[in-house]
Amino acid sequence: MRPLKIVVLAKQVPDTRHVGPDAMKPDGTVNRGKLATVFNPDDLHALELALNIKDRVPGTKITILTMGPQKAADIIREGYYRGVDYGVMISDRRFGGADTLATSYTLVKGIHKLAPYDLILGGRQAIDGDTAQVGPQCADKLNIPQVTYVEEVIEINEHEIIAKRRLEKGIEIVSSPFPCLMTVHGSSAACRSRHAKKVMQYKYARTKTELRTADELILSLHEKRPYLTIPEWSVEDIGADMEKIGLSGSPTKVKSVESIVFTANEAKILSDSDADIEMMIKELIEHHTIG
Amino acid sequence: MKSVMVYCEVENQKVADISLELLSAGKRLAQKLGSPLVAMIFGSGLNGIEIQIAPYGVDKLFVGNSLRLEPYRTLPHAALATEILKEEDPQIVLFGATSVGRDLAPRLASQLNCGLTADCTILDIGDHFVKKEKKEYKDLLYAIRPAFGGSIMANIINWDMHPQMATVREGVMKKEIFDENYTTEVIEVDVNSILKEEHFIVKIMERHIKESGVNLKDAPIIVSGGYGVGSKENFQYLIELAKLLGGEVGGSRAAVDAGFIDHDRQIGQTGTTVRPKLYIAAGISGAIQHTAGMQDASMIISINNDPDAPINKLADYVIHGDVGVVVPKMIKYYKENAK
Repeated sequence: MRPLKIVVLAKQVPDTRHVGPDAMKPDGTVNRGKLATVFNPDDLHALELALNIKDRVPGTKITILTMGPQKAADIIREGYYRGVDYGVMISDRRFGGADTLATSYTLVKGIHKLAPYDLILGGRQAIDGDTAQVGPQCADKLNIPQVTYVEEVIEINEHEIIAKRRLEKGIEIVSSPFPCLMTVHGSSAACRSRHAKKVMQYKYARTKTELRTADELILSLHEKRPYLTIPEWSVEDIGADMEKIGLSGSPTKVKSVESIVFTANEAKILSDSDADIEMMIKELIEHHTIG
Repeated sequence: MKSVMVYCEVENQKVADISLELLSAGKRLAQKLGSPLVAMIFGSGLNGIEIQIAPYGVDKLFVGNSLRLEPYRTLPHAALATEILKEEDPQIVLFGATSVGRDLAPRLASQLNCGLTADCTILDIGDHFVKKEKKEYKDLLYAIRPAFGGSIMANIINWDMHPQMATVREGVMKKEIFDENYTTEVIEVDVNSILKEEHFIVKIMERHIKESGVNLKDAPIIVSGGYGVGSKENFQYLIELAKLLGGEVGGSRAAVDAGFIDHDRQIGQTGTTVRPKLYIAAGISGAIQHTAGMQDASMIISINNDPDAPINKLADYVIHGDVGVVVPKMIKYYKENAK
């Protein structure tokens, strides 16, 4: 079978699974600086699925595409360590504040620049929003079919890809022609670990912006090995319409934010009296825990 | 006045519970706006389906009835919904945050170039002043949802790119009959004129759906019992509380071994691992094998007559008392205070 061209969409996210009490500022806003960043877990599953397909279809090439601030170059390096062939970063302050619609527009502009492709893979959802929207929105803009919640690719042949989908109450096995977009469920195979050799090969991979503050050694390495320089695309590079990116391209806006008070490990001790139990129920309703 | 619209899910001629919950939520919004409630439903064998939908106060129902529309597939449903949304031009559109709704809604939002807010827990109507434009926008959808791992509640609005779309998880909104005798205008969608062969390129080869599978993993609230519940009769209180809160019932290994609850509801290392918003541990001492499967819950309430039970260390609320006394009181005060 002919080799495939796969694009993996991956995102660097604040680690919302480990939110400590200092993750909130006194005014109730999120203290992003206190949250560690991680490779979005579902996107790691998507990366594994891409690598698995590459194992099965020799000659397949994987490009990892991310959008984010400079720090997100970690996502590209992490991809290289695990076996992707190329990495591209979309990074420009003007993309900031994007909701899922503006994000999918921007990613699709990047994907067009990477065309042709056979398969777009991404995690089902990102832990900083859990929306699961960007995948289907990209598929719509690319005008290709989508297969969501993929747990396993069962078969790949010249004409189609057959996958198992994990639904709430069961599974579905579906076939789709190429090109298509798949979102990958967290119940799929976990991502393989880094290759020591690849880590050696790519640990000095840097974006142009990162190179500005890099030392002599890294600069000379980049001169000898141009593949170490991670392409960094701006608004102009992908030909994005300013009206459709960032805040102005985002229909959804945050009107207000209300912080939920942490009661971290400071348990309230109650009796079985009516007064105590009614007080607790009222608190739970007030904090939107129940109701 | 522009309408409030609900996308209804249906399988084997039965409208999904989540859709009926959304119709109730949609009706409340429509009443605040003084606008009609409209619904769309696509499936097969749908003649007479309005009988299930009308009592929720639906003014108009678009029915797409064809063998090719069931089970759900993205492209044909998206094509029909797009046509209807363009024709009807609603102000608000609601979807279930189900595997169908979360697949369809974002595709439509992209197609219509509009805003979509996922997993809302509160829907309301309100105004917003846009400083830049010095303009007050009236009667917007307030789509309120938890964000950042549940540490904040965000009110999401969209004033300029309509419709305003939102998804809601099952069990969040209350299902209420509006009027048993409500009449709904039924509009048959001309399916064949809209759908083309290209909408059917993704093929379903196999499908295995459990009708009433236990789904502890996705339950936002779990009421869980241990050996300390004492009897199968006391366990009934837990089942009642879980149902009332829109959650699921679970149990510890000891509760399963004692025959209080089925094996497929066991939580812990050898059962299911859960991360609900609220975990109520009733009569559970909190052995590590159990806590390994629930310690990531956002909030934990422990009900136990042993003040030194290890689970109390994880808990946000510790209630000293018997399950048979405390849980009925929780049921009573929830009923009295819930909106």
